[in-house]
Amino acid sequence: MIKETQILTHHGRQYIPDLTKARVPAPFRGRPVISSAEVDDKALMELCPTGAISKNPVSINLGRCLLCGECELAFPEKIKFTNDHIMATNDSKRLVVREGEDKRILLNPDMIREDIKQIFNRSLKLRQISAAGDNSCELELGACGNPNFDMGRFGLEFVASPRHADGIVITGPISENMAEAVQICNAAVPSPKIVVLCGVDAISGGIFAGSQALNREFLQEVQIDLYVPGNPPHPLTFINGILELTRVKFLIQ
Amino acid sequence: MTKDIENTLEIKNGQAVNLSEIPVLEYQEFHALVLDLLQAEDVHCVNYYAFPHNDILRFICCLADDRTQGIYLLSHIMATGGGLLKLESLTKYIDALHIYEREIWENFGIEFEGHPWLKPVRFPHDRYNGDLKVNDYPFYKVESEELHEVGVGPIHAGVIEPGHFRFTCNGEMVLHLEIQLGWQHRGVERLLLEKPKLLQRTILAESIAGDTTIGHTLAFARVMEGLSGISVNSRLDAERAIALELERIAIHTGDISALCTDVAYQLGTAVFGALRTPLINYTQDWCGNRFGKGLIRTGGSHYSLTDELIQRLRNLLDDFEWRFKEMADKAYSLVSVENRFDEIGTVTNRQAKLIGTVGMAARMSGVKRDIRHSHPFASFSDIPYVPVMLEKGDVYARYYLRRLEIEESINYIRKVLDNKRYFLSEATSPVPETNLNLSPVSISVSMVEGWRGEICHCAVTDEQGKIIHYKVKDPSMHNWKALELSLRDLEISDFPINNKSYNLSYCGYDL
Repeated sequence: MIKETQILTHHGRQYIPDLTKARVPAPFRGRPVISSAEVDDKALMELCPTGAISKNPVSINLGRCLLCGECELAFPEKIKFTNDHIMATNDSKRLVVREGEDKRILLNPDMIREDIKQIFNRSLKLRQISAAGDNSCELELGACGNPNFDMGRFGLEFVASPRHADGIVITGPISENMAEAVQICNAAVPSPKIVVLCGVDAISGGIFAGSQALNREFLQEVQIDLYVPGNPPHPLTFINGILELTRVKFLIQ
Repeated sequence: MTKDIENTLEIKNGQAVNLSEIPVLEYQEFHALVLDLLQAEDVHCVNYYAFPHNDILRFICCLADDRTQGIYLLSHIMATGGGLLKLESLTKYIDALHIYEREIWENFGIEFEGHPWLKPVRFPHDRYNGDLKVNDYPFYKVESEELHEVGVGPIHAGVIEPGHFRFTCNGEMVLHLEIQLGWQHRGVERLLLEKPKLLQRTILAESIAGDTTIGHTLAFARVMEGLSGISVNSRLDAERAIALELERIAIHTGDISALCTDVAYQLGTAVFGALRTPLINYTQDWCGNRFGKGLIRTGGSHYSLTDELIQRLRNLLDDFEWRFKEMADKAYSLVSVENRFDEIGTVTNRQAKLIGTVGMAARMSGVKRDIRHSHPFASFSDIPYVPVMLEKGDVYARYYLRRLEIEESINYIRKVLDNKRYFLSEATSPVPETNLNLSPVSISVSMVEGWRGEICHCAVTDEQGKIIHYKVKDPSMHNWKALELSLRDLEISDFPINNKSYNLSYCGYDL
């Protein structure tokens, strides 16, 4: 018992007191900022492994961006990845960061279904589906409940059965082999429910976009309530996105 | 033996050779030679695959010899098109080869006569028999009124990847477990050919298994370096070894935490879980991503280990070491924990050899498989690594091996950091390549000891230096079988601790 107490004392308090104010230190690659510097647009677009960069104006689609940072390394005067991890949104248009913009990516309040804030304000149980995820997203979602991030303090939890869940969180680009399982799992979640796409692979297919081994038809049938960019998303990106979606009072600082 | 070796081509880990140098044998000769070479305990098959090119199917077999640090390449060919294709199975004689022949059968429809377990591996989108769907897997069945089956998955209760586990049980006791995978198949090997840019391919390698980003990307980078004749400086080699060992320490620590969770030892869960965080946060401070995505690149690195980072790494390891030891001394001496792990899910030395386990799953049962030791790469050639070995092969061995390997990896990183030659001779590691000129009609084989075990990547180029085939082998290809065997004659409730004790890759297997 003395030994246990000693370990606990040495262990200390590792939890982050306020998750909404926490910062991830650089060189973490979060929301990019694009300057108005003149560069070879074509070379810049050509460089991007997923075609996330477009021109007129130069913009980066975080739904496709792997946050690999290679564009910043090649064109440091044009692109800078900030350490701002607040990137989740419910409006796919807001995933696009344009030249000259430097503002936080937030949810579009008008697009949040009314019942979400009424019903899930204090508790939200989610069923995670790994649909060909590479296990980095899954590990980060697992980390959301660990002693550091402890999302359980908000009543947020991953549950074993879709019957106990208020929604699903999909990671991975959705393989053909998982397509049916995703449908069945979502159908088993009682309504009202939400659908969250976690990670760039889930949002656009990421580096797997265009692979014949995928079947993303499910996404045509449902309304997506939250997109969480990242490869994988940082636990703080996910937790803050969920809080912003579900809490009546929530102010991102 | 000498005569045998004359019919093969011996290469080193990471080397590229002209494809025409590999002797092409008649199948009978090939068959006999493989069986003969595998008689030696120090020789094991690290890859055996086939690829179509110009109307022929070319088979490449890579046998690693621990005595010479060499890899023997041998090959045979077959005309495609027309008629049922049959070959005599090698698995009939050497069980460990079962997975390779199953894969070739699944991809090209080659019937391996005498193969005892010719079943689908991963249901790839471009499989030979497209009519066979992922839901049609032919599970082993026992007709009995007393037995029942338990099916779990593909979606599991936790936040983990999908796989289907089918238990045949007598009451609570498991008679047989069969694991069906393939749900995660994304077409990685095909995409590695289709996506033309080096950066795209590198990121695909990073995504083979996100928990083994460093291991797989390093294997990829070394294949590319082999094919383009790039030799990297010793500083980069040192940085890569450090990254690889950090990945191992972080994952092992997380796994120990998860094992504590499964036996309801909360202090262990919390403290080991929290200990993992500074490790992956350090990786993020190094390269901007907690899993090391972006860190490993062909021919160089964007993120040199600066003096400041080196100092922080030393401090991190010092701090981690005593904290880990304090918790581990407790967690590894608790009778309540020991009682749940001891003599549960044993895979014997004989079984481990039979099914050809690699990495941790081999070392837990006294089978010395460690590429860092047998076929050293990066800084492992300069600073030898001595594998940690255990004998018992039960959950406790897998739990304990993780602790010992963490301690060994910390020592290893320190040895690398203390070696002045690495970090003084070159101020930084070179800038990564963006475009490669790959040597034509060549093959390169690269092996890396990831935290799960032996990762093997092979690439083949055509006359124009274009990659025409890329083969990825994750250690889980072999080790899932060990989990199946572990469950025999165990209570079904012991499944979770067994599964966690291996922590095998689904996406690395499914590709």
